[in-house]
Amino acid sequence: MDAYLIETVIKIVVILLLFSALAGFGTYFERKVLAFMQRRLGPMNVGPYGVLQIAADGIKLFTKEDLIPQGVVPAIFKIAPVITVATAFMAAAAIPFMPEFTAFGYTVKPIIADINVGILYVIGVMGVGLYGPLLGGMASANKFALISTARAAAVFISYEVVTGLSLLAPLMMVGSLSLIDINNFQAGGFTHWMIWSQPIAFVLFLIAAFAETGRTPFHLIANDHELIDGFGTEYSGMRWGLFFIGEYANMFFISWVIALVFLGGFGDGSVLGALALFLKVSFFFFFFLWTRAAWPDVRPDQLMMLCWKILMPIAVVNIVITGIVMMF
Amino acid sequence: MFEVISFYLFSFLTIAMFWIAVTSSQALHALSALAAGMIFISGFFFILDADFLGAIQIVVYSGAVLVLYSFGMMFFDTTRDIVEREVNTLIPSVLSVLSAVMVVLIFMAPIVGDNIISHYPVIEGAGNAQQVGMVLFTKYLIPFEVAAIMLLVAMIAGIVLAGKKMDKSLTLMRDEEIEIMHERDRKAGL
Repeated sequence: MDAYLIETVIKIVVILLLFSALAGFGTYFERKVLAFMQRRLGPMNVGPYGVLQIAADGIKLFTKEDLIPQGVVPAIFKIAPVITVATAFMAAAAIPFMPEFTAFGYTVKPIIADINVGILYVIGVMGVGLYGPLLGGMASANKFALISTARAAAVFISYEVVTGLSLLAPLMMVGSLSLIDINNFQAGGFTHWMIWSQPIAFVLFLIAAFAETGRTPFHLIANDHELIDGFGTEYSGMRWGLFFIGEYANMFFISWVIALVFLGGFGDGSVLGALALFLKVSFFFFFFLWTRAAWPDVRPDQLMMLCWKILMPIAVVNIVITGIVMMF
Repeated sequence: MFEVISFYLFSFLTIAMFWIAVTSSQALHALSALAAGMIFISGFFFILDADFLGAIQIVVYSGAVLVLYSFGMMFFDTTRDIVEREVNTLIPSVLSVLSAVMVVLIFMAPIVGDNIISHYPVIEGAGNAQQVGMVLFTKYLIPFEVAAIMLLVAMIAGIVLAGKKMDKSLTLMRDEEIEIMHERDRKAGL
């Protein structure tokens, strides 16, 4: 029992530190990738090739005064960024980050809680993460933040249906909600990947993942065209930074989920499989940035039309076809 | 031991959250406390090894409370306290306490009378979601289907009520066209 407790605490601390740091690096990668795609150099001045820009940003965010403007609802205003980060990391509890490995004669499972409804839990808790922008915008006494909140609500009611329905077809084939079972179902190798049997579900889930993480082309919550930061307009310092850490952590975690569910995950659990998983996750993270450089944002009504009138019927048809094929 | 600690922790948190939800006059506090309470309830399901229900609790209620937020956003300035019109508070509070006690009695009395017998024993080797599915598609098939039909009816009614003039876009119409449309509506008595 003690060993289990210590192991869990260590795993939690490692994941927290690792992904907070990765979120920092994520901002650097994003700026570099966007810059190269727009024929710029991006951050170049701090450190070699601008790598230390992360440290400079960190110092700036941590030392900036934590302003609570007049007219806001203080308690909710303060807790909103924390909700974004906390739910992002809570969702990570059910994600197997690597295959099992043995270190110093002790077998480590790189998953904090191996519950048998893993994928449902991850999607549900990630969905709660949208409460951060929602509460942050509503608690700030700012018209633009409030409008941004209305867009957040529109996003929330649109994508959740598509996420659930697109995942249902692969889950019907696996017959389990555990991410480890889903991974083992595809352990046979490249040809067993879910993407070959469920290509439609893959595309639908990818689109829903963009809405879930609030990335371009669905970056309409914090509408860049207004030249302000939507729900984050009134925030300063590290509270504003927390929104970013949550967003980037969410991008990493949803990349993990996509790789595990559709692209075979870590395969048979060998070292090569683990490396392949990291490569797949990196590709999806890059794909998020690539899309941001290549596509404009959509309007809220376009997003709602896309989700409810196009993607949802396709997802339902996909489920029905999967069911018929499985039955006969 | 962990079960006991987490049970008391979640009990305290849930009751505290719902207490805030009922007593606060600040709409945002009340709504956020309601959402938090709903999510803390899922902790009880996880303690009882009903992982599936716990996850469903999070998914369903986080979406449901969001709709309340939207209403709050539409009807109130959420950064101000809401001043309620003071009417007789005694009758509503007595009635609500009585009905709460009644509901608890209605559900608890048969269980206490039968000394807690589980009619549907846990099936060995079946996962959480499978067990819910087995009960849902055997014993409770008809209520399940009736609920599905009711939801379908509600959805169609919602679409019919909200979907009037959905094919027209005010941003794409010229001012004269909008004026003509309003005129026609006024004549039709809409």
